[in-house]
Amino acid sequence: MAGHSNYVPKTGLARWLDQRLPVIRLMNDHFVTFPTPKNLNFWYTFGAILAVMLVVQVVTGIVLAMHYVPTADLAFGSVEQHIMREVNYGWLIRSLHASGASMLFLAVYIHMGRGLYYGSYKAPREILWILGVFIYLLLMATAFFGYTLQWGQMSYWAATVITSLFSAFDQIIPHFGTALSTWVRGDYAVGDATVNRFFALHYLLPFVIAGVVGLHIWALHVTGNGNPLGIEVKGPQDTIPFHPWYTVKDAFYLTLFLIVFLAIVFYAPNFFGNPDNYIPANPLVTPSEIRPEWYLLPFYAMLRAVPNTLLGVLVLFSALLTPLFIPWLDTSKVRSYRFRPVMKQLFWVFVATCILLGYVGAQTTDAAWHLGEVDIPLVWLARLATLYYFAFFWALMPWIGKKEVTRPVPESIAQSVLKKGAVLTKGGEQ
Amino acid sequence: MKTVSLLMALSVALVVPAFAGEDLTQPQPPRDAKWSFDGVFGTYDRSALQRGFQVYKEVCAACHGLNLVAFHDLAAPGGPGFTAAQAKAIAAGYKIAAEPNEDGDIFDDKGNRLTRSGTLADHFPPPFANDAAARANNSGALPPDLSLIVKARQGGANYVYSILTGFNQKVPHGVTVPDGKYYNPYFPGRTIAMPPPLNQGSVSFNDGTPTTVTNEAKAVVTFLTWASAPELEARHRIGLQVLAFLVLLAGLLFLSYRKVWHGKPEE
Repeated sequence: MAGHSNYVPKTGLARWLDQRLPVIRLMNDHFVTFPTPKNLNFWYTFGAILAVMLVVQVVTGIVLAMHYVPTADLAFGSVEQHIMREVNYGWLIRSLHASGASMLFLAVYIHMGRGLYYGSYKAPREILWILGVFIYLLLMATAFFGYTLQWGQMSYWAATVITSLFSAFDQIIPHFGTALSTWVRGDYAVGDATVNRFFALHYLLPFVIAGVVGLHIWALHVTGNGNPLGIEVKGPQDTIPFHPWYTVKDAFYLTLFLIVFLAIVFYAPNFFGNPDNYIPANPLVTPSEIRPEWYLLPFYAMLRAVPNTLLGVLVLFSALLTPLFIPWLDTSKVRSYRFRPVMKQLFWVFVATCILLGYVGAQTTDAAWHLGEVDIPLVWLARLATLYYFAFFWALMPWIGKKEVTRPVPESIAQSVLKKGAVLTKGGEQ
Repeated sequence: MKTVSLLMALSVALVVPAFAGEDLTQPQPPRDAKWSFDGVFGTYDRSALQRGFQVYKEVCAACHGLNLVAFHDLAAPGGPGFTAAQAKAIAAGYKIAAEPNEDGDIFDDKGNRLTRSGTLADHFPPPFANDAAARANNSGALPPDLSLIVKARQGGANYVYSILTGFNQKVPHGVTVPDGKYYNPYFPGRTIAMPPPLNQGSVSFNDGTPTTVTNEAKAVVTFLTWASAPELEARHRIGLQVLAFLVLLAGLLFLSYRKVWHGKPEE
């Protein structure tokens, strides 16, 4: 997609460098002149926002690692005493890192939702989508390890619950599951060995993520961006250079995102947190409710919706891996849901389902809605929602794709944009 | 549009709780009090911090530690505003477990722990030697350390304030208060092992503030909020500067964005 390079080195030094290591040419071709569809909307700015948030997490994380002590006895104090009270601006770095993780996930969910809605996973962008799903799974693992490191009550018990999930495999091979969970923890219970290895992994994985992000961008620049119309770029009339058009647009929306992010950091630093995590980890006291951070709640609700632990774990893993298969589950010839009236409705029901699952995941196991005389146990809502989650991808997507009567798709991006322009000049809406 | 209204209906269903009389197994929601540190311009009320320190020292400290707070914090910017000399004098009034003496002993001949007076670098000493000793002295209950109490409880300052002022209420039908426990509607389970800590005149304030339970509670909650979040004033101040800068930057970027995209209709 980058195609022919139009970089011309202007100085002798630039020419010299270009013949030996053409990094300036690479940057120029990929981030300056890169031909980009001219109709990318607001929802496409989250890619750049995510890149920046990943850098924020890595930089703040490296500084925190300089002050953090990964042992069961000292971890909590190294955060609450040392980083929060003694390190210069430690409270700021810590808050940026902790709230930053949540904001990163918020952007990830919007970015993935956008990819789903505009059919960005369809050929020829299957690898691009799959790499994105890998990044998402790696982010979840990294975030889970990071949450453990604070070594508060919720950290400790979340780590205990998640690592004990492996012991469900005892139901298939006796003792194998328990052995696996002991191996993961490095001890019979979550403790010193666990926090130390989680710290090592929490430091390692972001660099793996950065590597996969590199592949993700590479794949993006081979096929070129998708766009809200879901039709391929037909020629130069459909594109504009990345710079300045999208650099300025991304920068503007990034700044809006940062305003929200930093308002939370400075004025509600515990907005995403759980008060129980300000109580030091205590293996002898189980909190009344153990719940993960918000971005994992939908999957937690699925896990709890299944009465059998092993089946619950299998449902959980299936739910996490399902997105990998989407490129082949969607049978429709049309990419963008904008032209798919049925799929569009099902998509919004899917979004509502995920929110509902997240809500149920945050409630107690025996919670219920009381509607007059009727009690609706939330676990049943979670079961229905879980069913819809799987049905959406594995049944509706292949089936609707074949049956659906799609709306007419425009000939080209340029044509569609021109039409919009005509409406604009007539003083029409938008 | 249909989908949007569906989503809205769903979110309404999610946030509207259905009440069916008061559930006595659940605590009451905390009272809503006004605090000087609320809002984006919030700062700590210095005199409330100093009064709160007095309440902590003379009442709470008998059972509750404050192990993350050092004496030099009392004179740090954004804190209670004691002078360094005052903080030093406060520290000197505390007995701290001493380092080994020249003979290598940490106990005297009678077996008592050697102590020395506190310095600015020391932290508030724990009220009990260990958790077991704390339980033994409090009919089995463990008084939590208060360094992070405001951040470690749902409801924060309002919750701690509600607990402190929630004693001596009529016990409703259906709640039994076991021996050695006290009714407090804001505490999970509604009975608490802590006896009512604050009474009219528990302390005497130098600045003439009437020593009502409410005043004592407000002061000590302000102090404990500071203990949990000593960075709050700096955070609020820097936050305003950062957000002002970002809003300005967003404005300039918006103008650039409009200028660059001028004449190019986009989606």
